[in-house]
Amino acid sequence: MSKISDLDIIDLAGTRAKGARPYYFNDPDSDRLLSIVMAVAMEHAVTRQRLDALERLIEAKGLLSRQELDDYVPDRAAEGERGVWTQEYIARILRFVQQETETLRDGVDVDIHAVQDELR
Amino acid sequence: MSKQAPPPSWRHVGRHGVFPQGKLDDASRFDFLANMNRHLATRLSPKVRESFEKRVAPRTEQALGRPLKDRGEVREAMAREPIYQMWSALRRTTMEMRQQAGRAMVLRQLEPLIEKARALNDAAVTLQLDPTLEIPRTACAVDIHCMPGGYHTELVEDDITNGANYDAGIFATTGGMLGRWNDGGGQALAQWLKQKYPAFKPRRILDLGCTIGHNVVPLAQAFPEAEVIAIDVGAPMLRYAHARARSLGVENITFRQANADDLGYPDGHFDLISSAMFWHESSARSMPLQLREIYRMLAVGGLTAHLEQPQYGEDMSLYEQFIRDWDTWNNNEPFWGVMHDYDVRQMVLDAGFAADKYFETTVAGVVDREVFPVAESNGEDYGRAALWTMFGAWK
Repeated sequence: MSKISDLDIIDLAGTRAKGARPYYFNDPDSDRLLSIVMAVAMEHAVTRQRLDALERLIEAKGLLSRQELDDYVPDRAAEGERGVWTQEYIARILRFVQQETETLRDGVDVDIHAVQDELR
Repeated sequence: MSKQAPPPSWRHVGRHGVFPQGKLDDASRFDFLANMNRHLATRLSPKVRESFEKRVAPRTEQALGRPLKDRGEVREAMAREPIYQMWSALRRTTMEMRQQAGRAMVLRQLEPLIEKARALNDAAVTLQLDPTLEIPRTACAVDIHCMPGGYHTELVEDDITNGANYDAGIFATTGGMLGRWNDGGGQALAQWLKQKYPAFKPRRILDLGCTIGHNVVPLAQAFPEAEVIAIDVGAPMLRYAHARARSLGVENITFRQANADDLGYPDGHFDLISSAMFWHESSARSMPLQLREIYRMLAVGGLTAHLEQPQYGEDMSLYEQFIRDWDTWNNNEPFWGVMHDYDVRQMVLDAGFAADKYFETTVAGVVDREVFPVAESNGEDYGRAALWTMFGAWK
């Protein structure tokens, strides 16, 4: 039997249950993707709850009211910075879509196997 | 449905001496999971039924040229329905996330948790482990309800990981409907006995498949003079159960690692033999055998009572049978469907009980209504709701 200090707790926390897992969608890749997306959704909720707790604690200490936060209006400079951040954020999330659509501009991409053969 | 109050936050869960300490993020994870389950049960599940009624059933019955004949045909047809696929996939992945969330929380504090359990258990004679016990196939062929390692797996010496994880997560899985101590089933049985049979005072009680003892503690509290034996095959469950009971001030339960096939107690030894959510994790071989053992071990005038999810029966629609049977195929409950098809009355009679001593009733979880929602049949999360069939017999 292991010692507690030897346990890989990250691995053990996420380990599978014995018994073949069913897949539900017509393509099992959709099951894979959904499971990852839902885990991200949960972690997003966890972050949101943490932020909410932080706001309430700050308010309770009288440093800032949540009304002030909700009523916050950025000045023009801040508005611009926040807009840029939002654009970058969306682009990061949709990077894959961007890269796939780049083939419209660039045509069919270089086949890596062909290059391997070429350079062999 | 949209105005339904959210399930109570995980922070209301009862904290006894071995309950894992949850931080803010742990509570947020469990709250997310409870709300996911609520969403799936109340918003998406009705659409699954609608997709069956409006799309799948008409299309399939037209193709077959006859009505659907059993739940297997419903399952086969529904497997291609996108709404059902999405609901199932979300339900499965939500359960997997629940396991990971609970295990991560427990494992990072495993050492202090084991120390707390050791201190509470303190080599007591009321904790009887048997390292030579062969874990039955019913408990180890697959990890029941997708709980990694099942009831029995031990990672380290004196392990309680799976007991603590089990305890920590039920609250989220059931949306708090089992109450602060997850004991709504045991409370229901205790209340039923007190109200219906106030003169019944069992001296010896046996509880089968007790896991963390959450349903046997209310019985032990209701009958403080009784000697209570609670058995399970999983050592991590029993260590945790014993420490949990001790920290709740309950000392009249002996937790014993044993297989209910053969317990070795004398004939007529017990006045009350109970179980909660036990039989669906049994087998076609063990269930009749264990029912006969119950009859043998029960004293004349004694009672056996068992809480279970509802039986399917001929009166249940094929759709409801199919949806209730989801756990058989998708939640590592291999005996669930077989068990819920049984004529349990006939099985109890075959075990020796008289027909006029058999009973069957419906009970709802007994919980603190100020904090916890009432168990409802509306928007029931099939297989999870705190509404049970209770069956049994007097000897």
